[in-house]
Amino acid sequence: MSEKNLKDKDLSDSVDEEKRDFLFITTAGLAVAGGAVTAFSLIDTMNPAKDVLALSTTEVDLAPIEEGQSLTVMWRGKPIFIRHRTSEEIRTANNTSVNELKHMASDESRVKNPKWLVVVGVCTHLGCVPLGQKIGDNKGEFGGWFCPCHGSHYDTSGRIRKGPAPLNLEVPPYDFVSDEIIKIG
Amino acid sequence: MKEKETENKKGISNWIDERLPVFTFINHNLRDYPTPKNLNYFWNFGSLAGVTLVIMIVTGILLAMQYTANTEMAFDSVERIMRDVNNGWLLRYIHMNGASMFFIIVYIHMFRGLYYGSYKYPREILWMLGVVILLLMMATAFMGYVLPWGQMSFWGATVITNLFSAFPVIGDYIVTFLWGGFSVDNPTLTRFFVLHYLLPFAIVGVVALHLVALHQFGSNNPTGIDVKSEGDTIPFHPYYTVKDYLGLGVYLIVFAFLVFFAPNFLGHPDNYIPANPLQTPAHIVPEWYFLPFYAILRAVPDKLLGVLLMFAAVMVLFFLPWLDKHKIRSANFRPFYKQFYWLFFINCIVLGWVGAMPAEGIYVLISRVATLYYFGFFLIIMPFLSKFEKTTDLPSSISAAVISEKFDNREPSSSESYVK
Repeated sequence: MSEKNLKDKDLSDSVDEEKRDFLFITTAGLAVAGGAVTAFSLIDTMNPAKDVLALSTTEVDLAPIEEGQSLTVMWRGKPIFIRHRTSEEIRTANNTSVNELKHMASDESRVKNPKWLVVVGVCTHLGCVPLGQKIGDNKGEFGGWFCPCHGSHYDTSGRIRKGPAPLNLEVPPYDFVSDEIIKIG
Repeated sequence: MKEKETENKKGISNWIDERLPVFTFINHNLRDYPTPKNLNYFWNFGSLAGVTLVIMIVTGILLAMQYTANTEMAFDSVERIMRDVNNGWLLRYIHMNGASMFFIIVYIHMFRGLYYGSYKYPREILWMLGVVILLLMMATAFMGYVLPWGQMSFWGATVITNLFSAFPVIGDYIVTFLWGGFSVDNPTLTRFFVLHYLLPFAIVGVVALHLVALHQFGSNNPTGIDVKSEGDTIPFHPYYTVKDYLGLGVYLIVFAFLVFFAPNFLGHPDNYIPANPLQTPAHIVPEWYFLPFYAILRAVPDKLLGVLLMFAAVMVLFFLPWLDKHKIRSANFRPFYKQFYWLFFINCIVLGWVGAMPAEGIYVLISRVATLYYFGFFLIIMPFLSKFEKTTDLPSSISAAVISEKFDNREPSSSESYVK
């Protein structure tokens, strides 16, 4: 019906196809660009906000931690394991042949000062918090940490030795601000 | 073998369509859908309202991810959205001004219906569903305004919920029930948040019904004459998709101007003061879109009667199809109704204006006169005109009207355009 109307008015001859294409492409292009920018701005609101990002560093005073003791601190909502290692623990960690490891890394590469091991206390398997920070905890077969969720064993350098976890416990970025204070993040 | 070939020819969209007729549905309702060919720009406002609803829901969901519904934290969580959340200020300003834009759009949409008699047979239910949407919008907007937990939020909530205390005997029980306590407090805030999130989806549902009812008989048009032949219509796409799209562009410019250059123009500065249950702001006003109703409330010296009249001001809209039984829909062909209509329109603006003024002196008198005309228009003038108003000659069809407008040198009114 409508087509017939159009034909009656003989519009088809007067259509400027080029102009029409130009209008269509510019209109659609602008709509897509505007939509994309708007969508990005809206989705971006779900990214970490400024107050969340502001929490990205934590300072820890190491002085109260005796040899053999551990401390757990929060950094970005995650537990950070800080262990004041005994000389024996350091020795075991150093004596392990790197080639035997599932995720090869020497103990040296994982510490700034061999006395202090700082790792993110989140199992690399599925994100549970391993045991081993408290005195009575099961420290696993290698004297480090043991994840109760699916049985991953970590050694005194926080390296994965047995169980389903694919990677060593992550070492967070940190620096010694002074001999006794570290800044994580 | 042959069967397979035909199926291949049909393609994937047809395979789906045969099992779930989405494409047929879209084609039927958004493409071929025969639409009167003489719709003017006032017919843009339905689709604009739909777009605004989507904008409000999208920004609302994202805001709800950041907001905390607790009296201790609500105000600060809104400030956090404004300062810390990425583009949070944009999100909130869109949502805040979106509420105002939504009401502007819907009010124009309703005045359009009122002018062109879109509520008359056979579109009574379509109109009534629209009034239901308006009621839901009012409830949603009111509860949303409470969430930032500023002074206006708190005292607005107190005043509006206290309206129900006007009812004898049960009034106080209702108010305590609404509050979930003995004053507007945390239980009130949490339930308002939940309902503010829930009701928009109820609106979506009623909008769907509104559209089903609309497509049953199709759009009304500026002449108010029924579609008589295929020649009176044009397919929705591309004619009205393009027209709606243009309208949308203009609308978004206005919307964006408000958001970016005057985001707090329609708000009240007192709402940037955290709620204080011990101190009422000197001058309490609702958001602008409630002002006409607020004026009616205050026009009446009796508490209960004021509340009842205010509710009646919305409820009367439900009865419009039976108050105005005049055979002719469009005010263009009803010289008397047309004048009363414009008076009614001005009257609504006046009501909004006195609603924002303090309830004293001359303002009280103005609000009373305006209230009288508001109800007089619906309850006396409309039924009276339905009986006695004679009409000018109606065009014989939409096409005839369009052609005469174009060729008879009759000056087309600025609001009426036509599609070639």
